Amino acid sequence: MLTRRAALLSAAAAALMLAVSAPAKAADDLKLPRQKVELVAPPFVHAHEQATKQGPKIIEFTLTVEEKKVVIDEKGTTFQAMTFNGSMPGPLMVVHEGDYVEVTLVNPASNSMPHNVDFHSATGALGGAELTLVNPGEQVTLRWKATRTGTFVYHCAPGGPMIPWHVVSGMAGAVMVLPREGLTDGKGKPVKYDRAYYIGEFDLYVPRDEKGNFKAYDSPGESYNDTVEVMKKLTPTHVVFNGKAGALTGKSALTSKVGETVLIVHSQANRDSRPHLIGGHGDHVWETGKFSNAPETGLETWFIRGGSAGAATYKFLQPGIYAYVTHNLIEAVELGATAHFKVEGKWNDDLMTQVKAPSEIPPAKTN
Amino acid sequence: MLIAFKLKLALACVAGLAGPLAVAPLLSDAGIRGGADGTGQAIVEVRAGNVSYRVAGDFTRNGRQAAAPLRHITFQEPLAIMKHQVSSADYQACVDAGACRSLDRGVVIAPDRPAVQVSWHDANAYAGWLSRKTGEHYRLPTDEEWAFAAGSRFSDDGLPVDNDDPSKRWIARYERESERKPGGGDVRAFGSFGINENGLADLAGNVWEWTSTCFTRHRLDDAGETVSARSNCGVRVVQGQHRSYVTDFIRDARAGGCAAGVPPDNLGFRLVREPQSWVSAVAKALHIARG
Ligand SMILES: [Cu+2]
Repeated sequence: MLTRRAALLSAAAAALMLAVSAPAKAADDLKLPRQKVELVAPPFVHAHEQATKQGPKIIEFTLTVEEKKVVIDEKGTTFQAMTFNGSMPGPLMVVHEGDYVEVTLVNPASNSMPHNVDFHSATGALGGAELTLVNPGEQVTLRWKATRTGTFVYHCAPGGPMIPWHVVSGMAGAVMVLPREGLTDGKGKPVKYDRAYYIGEFDLYVPRDEKGNFKAYDSPGESYNDTVEVMKKLTPTHVVFNGKAGALTGKSALTSKVGETVLIVHSQANRDSRPHLIGGHGDHVWETGKFSNAPETGLETWFIRGGSAGAATYKFLQPGIYAYVTHNLIEAVELGATAHFKVEGKWNDDLMTQVKAPSEIPPAKTN
Repeated sequence: MLIAFKLKLALACVAGLAGPLAVAPLLSDAGIRGGADGTGQAIVEVRAGNVSYRVAGDFTRNGRQAAAPLRHITFQEPLAIMKHQVSSADYQACVDAGACRSLDRGVVIAPDRPAVQVSWHDANAYAGWLSRKTGEHYRLPTDEEWAFAAGSRFSDDGLPVDNDDPSKRWIARYERESERKPGGGDVRAFGSFGINENGLADLAGNVWEWTSTCFTRHRLDDAGETVSARSNCGVRVVQGQHRSYVTDFIRDARAGGCAAGVPPDNLGFRLVREPQSWVSAVAKALHIARG
């Protein structure tokens, strides 16, 4: 086991040599106010202003890498996850256009591998990946300017075959860069939301033993070779929201109320997805997630390209239980990609009513 | 097409509309006798008694959704039912005899573990084989019998109907089904979920049990009596922590389940043994004599 870990470390060491050459800046070279944000675990999103009258700031975040064994379905299948801040997906970071994002990436000594982070919202150095590779026991601070608005994926990208493996092991999250004046419908009308949820979808590839049972491993390194074989077949064994089949159902179902507008940010760092709210719609949908484009309106299903995050708002009009799925229903029902919304409020008969309950088919009329 | 598909999913999930409030019968003096007829399965006799039973199925009155009625049911005869769910080892004997479908890979074969990931058809195949083998008559319990034997392990899952707002019922059912006992879906050894006052083990644990009761839509009159009933026997009642309706060929309801509900963790079964008639007793004696 030690040898494999050593191999993993040395594979990353080469990349690390390239990474150290960038000049480190003094922390106070920008004369801007600083704000430290405590991140919260998805599906929740840290408190933020939807529009702001304040000037640009330096927003400080900390991402701590946590390698850990997690359970990914109700059968108790275990998985060697690699995570940002312990959750799959990593937390959603919300800033405004023109802010500086200052991220400290911590790789505790208890981990077994080097990690880094590539922000799709950042410009240069492979999204910051080249400047952030840290071994267990190290940390690094990166600052990038939020020049483009929208929802963007971030993920670990430690080089070569480590990249897809770390991503499908859980190391992906999202950033949301809001326009300073807030979201609009593209015609100048503001789009506001009463609450925001962040759903991170993962395709997981769990090896099976000769009897067909899912295998369990004691460390990520031990799972590597078998996992890559499954990954290369491109057929996931699980497709899950927020780290586990059923993570957002039952007692953990998302909640809302009739009349409330919900913003749903949906990321998929590796593979395409097609979110659909059964019984509802997308009022304003930034399918590609980029707020400089006008949102589409009134959608039934939208498309999240692998390696991107999209955003949709919906105002609930009817109480009840809604399923939020990827509308590849095999993945939704058999592989796990289903979340539920529990919506309280008053039923609207005008929108829907059961005119006549199920009963026998009446005999055909004869003339 | 997709709507039809969703409706089908939903049908398999019209779970937990109803359930009996059981009057606990006392453990009969006959007590428990274990595996006397070579089944390896202990049989419990639940003494004759009553049960307050919330009828299974869907109910309408004057063309609108109605609450499931509560009925008082008397069992004149004792009910002989397996103490445990059928074990995977006992089920495997049927597989080895060529009369049952193999268990899925991953189901632990052991005399003290339930056979799970079995369909209603699998359960019936086993009952048929066991009956032929022993000369006794084994069958799945009806939903009423299950409720009677389950006693306090069963709670009334009737829900009020508000015809002005159907969502209240959906949300109430969803919340109730979300109240899961801790421990997850891993199958455990017999006895892990305790014994009820009738001596039956592991009721309402993490294995739901097939019954012979079909999904039925009842039309009620103003007095709450069934005027007409239409059954769909492709969907059967399964019993456990909450009552659920599952398509008969489904073996694993976790993955096959619900667009917006909480599916059963595991599907297993236990069997009722019919009282022996004089004729069958003689037939059995002859059968054994011929050996
Ligand atoms: Cu990594």
